[in-house]
Amino acid sequence: MSGKNNTDMRTPMAKVRGLGSSHEGTQHFWRQRLTALANIPLTLFFVGFLIALNGAGYAEVRAALANPFVALVMILFLISGLYHMRLGMQVIIEDYVISEGLKLLTIALSTFFTVAVGVASIFALLKLAFGG
Amino acid sequence: MSKSPATQARRERPLSPHLTIYRPPITMTMSIIHRITGGALYFGTLLVAVWLMAAASSQATFDWVNWAFGTWLGRLVLLGYTWALMHHMLGGVRHFIWDTGAGLEKHTASKIAWATLAGSVVLTLLIWVAGYLARGA
Repeated sequence: MSGKNNTDMRTPMAKVRGLGSSHEGTQHFWRQRLTALANIPLTLFFVGFLIALNGAGYAEVRAALANPFVALVMILFLISGLYHMRLGMQVIIEDYVISEGLKLLTIALSTFFTVAVGVASIFALLKLAFGG
Repeated sequence: MSKSPATQARRERPLSPHLTIYRPPITMTMSIIHRITGGALYFGTLLVAVWLMAAASSQATFDWVNWAFGTWLGRLVLLGYTWALMHHMLGGVRHFIWDTGAGLEKHTASKIAWATLAGSVVLTLLIWVAGYLARGA
């Protein structure tokens, strides 16, 4: 593979780890695909749930969301979907925001947004499931 | 700074065909739409969060959110959200197919691109028809 005229500056350890200059390797790509795969059945469940619940009133919606199975799948849907969208928004920001400082700031804000949406939604689900 | 002969020569050279010259291939359009729908869905999660928080709070709050989602503007946003979700999902499936190394041939890729567009519209309509049937109105 590598001859005597090898110009590769990487150490053998760096080559074995294969993490590249980002020190993350394919982690971002892999997690993006993993959450994408999970999102397919979870999204279909969410859409089906909303169809079934269309036109339902306050009490009916609360009872449906308090169902343990629904609550669990909804939490999985939120975690997988939010993780996926944070990864995607990071790529969009990295593509269009040139300034390094602004780039880091917007990615950080995007992470805060994601966590805020997730925590608020999951708290609402837990409240419905446990406290009513 | 005066213009050197080299600059003049560079100016007269033909530009390589770029975005404004090409008729955008469908794969390119779908790629752009995939990114736009992804960005829209990012903010669309706010609608899910608002709905869940409303359900977890008072009847009055829930009724207000339900009313807002039911207005023509609300329904238009939700219709767009449904289509964005379906288009992004089918676009993702397209990427999974490509991940296996299949479907990368030019004409096949174009066909799959058209299929994601058609599929997303059909699925959106089916979801809304099913939704109205479930409502019984």
